[in-house]
Amino acid sequence: MKLSLGPLQYFWPADKVREFYRQVAEWPVEIVYLGEVVCAKRRELKLQDWLQIADMLTEAGKEVVLSTLTLLEAESELASLQRICENGDFKVEANDMACVRLICARPFVAGPHLNMYNASTLQLLKDNGAIRWVMPMELSAATLADIQAERPQGMETEVFVYGHMPLSFSARCFTARAHNLPKDQCQFRCLDYPHGMPLQTQEDEEIFIVNGIQLQSGLSCNLLGEMDKLNELKVDILRLSPQAEGIKEVIDAFDAARKGEQVAELPLAGQQWCNGYWHGEAGMVNVSKQFAGN
Amino acid sequence: MELVCPAGSLPALKAAVDNGADAVYLGFRDATNARNFPGLNFDMDEISQALDYAHQRGSRVLLALNTYPQQAQWQQWTRAVDQAAELGVDAAIIADPGLLRYAAKTHPSLRLHLSVQGSATNRHTIAFYHEELGIQQVVLPRVLSLAQVRQVVETSPVAVEVFGFGSLCIMVEGRCALSSYITGESPNTCGVCSPAKAVRWEETPQGRQSRLNGVLIDRYKNGEAAGYPTLCKGRFRVGENIIYAMEEPTSLNILDILPDLMQMGVAAVKVEGRQRSPAYVAQVTRVMRAALDSCAQDPEHYKPAADWLAALDKVSEGQTHTLGALHRTWQ
Repeated sequence: MKLSLGPLQYFWPADKVREFYRQVAEWPVEIVYLGEVVCAKRRELKLQDWLQIADMLTEAGKEVVLSTLTLLEAESELASLQRICENGDFKVEANDMACVRLICARPFVAGPHLNMYNASTLQLLKDNGAIRWVMPMELSAATLADIQAERPQGMETEVFVYGHMPLSFSARCFTARAHNLPKDQCQFRCLDYPHGMPLQTQEDEEIFIVNGIQLQSGLSCNLLGEMDKLNELKVDILRLSPQAEGIKEVIDAFDAARKGEQVAELPLAGQQWCNGYWHGEAGMVNVSKQFAGN
Repeated sequence: MELVCPAGSLPALKAAVDNGADAVYLGFRDATNARNFPGLNFDMDEISQALDYAHQRGSRVLLALNTYPQQAQWQQWTRAVDQAAELGVDAAIIADPGLLRYAAKTHPSLRLHLSVQGSATNRHTIAFYHEELGIQQVVLPRVLSLAQVRQVVETSPVAVEVFGFGSLCIMVEGRCALSSYITGESPNTCGVCSPAKAVRWEETPQGRQSRLNGVLIDRYKNGEAAGYPTLCKGRFRVGENIIYAMEEPTSLNILDILPDLMQMGVAAVKVEGRQRSPAYVAQVTRVMRAALDSCAQDPEHYKPAADWLAALDKVSEGQTHTLGALHRTWQ
């Protein structure tokens, strides 16, 4: 199994982004997804800047994929999307059918927000050039098994195994709203929240993370304990989501686990995880796993 | 501009037809549609009756098959498409790309509408669904500004339908898994959002509380009106404050901008609420019909009547209304 680093969900200053990916070049991930996937107003890095990072990572031996926006409304956003699709060097990850159309049957990755719930949809995307699909967040191992049995030949399967899951997208900005600012005068407040803003119930339970127009799961998904099942289901790629701190250690743990080493826990103390979707339950649930031999 | 109204039962369908709906949309009594609520919806025989009743009175019937079939249940959804064709519904409203492909191949004469759950927010996406899968109408998610709706209408290869009244989804429809994260069931997977079976009400010393699968959604002071605990309309803590972090309980109402929508060429305006009562359907259909007729007759001097707005506010969430994303003046 390969490891991939999914697209950066948060808004970081350009220098921090460059520094982060300089480190990624040294990490044991085979595939890196680059680019802005949440908000078109986040322009710390232009396409040219992302392409520079892409070149640097390619030289370091990584497969680079340019990921794209999930919510596309304005003509300017469609024009940017078209430039990405026509970059000529790197594969693109589509998160909206607009991207699938603009790809014009060139090889692409069908991202997790394309709503692929069955093999018939996978076949449609394959016929339009998809060489890989990323399972939607809310699907279970059981559904994955059913889809894998019917998966179009030659299509790779990637599963989101670690990080706060992107759960919803809106035309409104919840970070701006939390600061009582209109979206068009957001003052780029997302820059102040490299991990997003926690959204808690009135009983202080952290249920979501506010990240601009996106909401993420309050708990981080963690499928480290599911390595055998992921293998059995012939998953080709495990996706981990970038975070401001500690992701290197998490990647090392997954790297060890895919090599067959027994890694019972992630090296992040005090964190709570969830894996409910994988087990066919509410996403926030943590189904504890009996390790073989324990 | 056509008026498309909801029906969760035969009496609701009759209410819609009798009060001037050009088309009525409904669903089977199962997970194949996005209002899979207990006690709601139609079996084959009831749809037959609905078709007879509507067709005799010049209204059309649209069948919503707008959830995302997972592999194990694939046949249930394709059977539903077959039944839609067999029944002779006037169109099927579908979201799943694979299911659209099945419908287009198997029943080429069945008219296909892309459901709002299909998340089509721009001209390329609409063109993809039209060119690849033959859709003839698209229902736009409630996330576009009026200027963006205009742009989509001008460039769309198919007829465009927008939501005109009812509960307001603030997320891009089809791209929201908040409900399954908390409860295990979402619109895409099960045709429900914040399902009733996960709701619990509690009376406490701090006031009335609503929970969804154990998660506190809101807490009401004595005398404060309590609404259904839809996840995105709860009060939560973000930063220092406890606020409606996503959206206040309110309903969409486009009566104020009806002439704009008509002038830009929107083909149909849809009323939300298959889960609502026949009385709601009758009330909303009557007002929307009056507004559409008045606007069509004299768009220059059209103005929403005070009693229309009052009648609609009475059946609105939070007894108040908004233009939602439509009023945005920016991107």
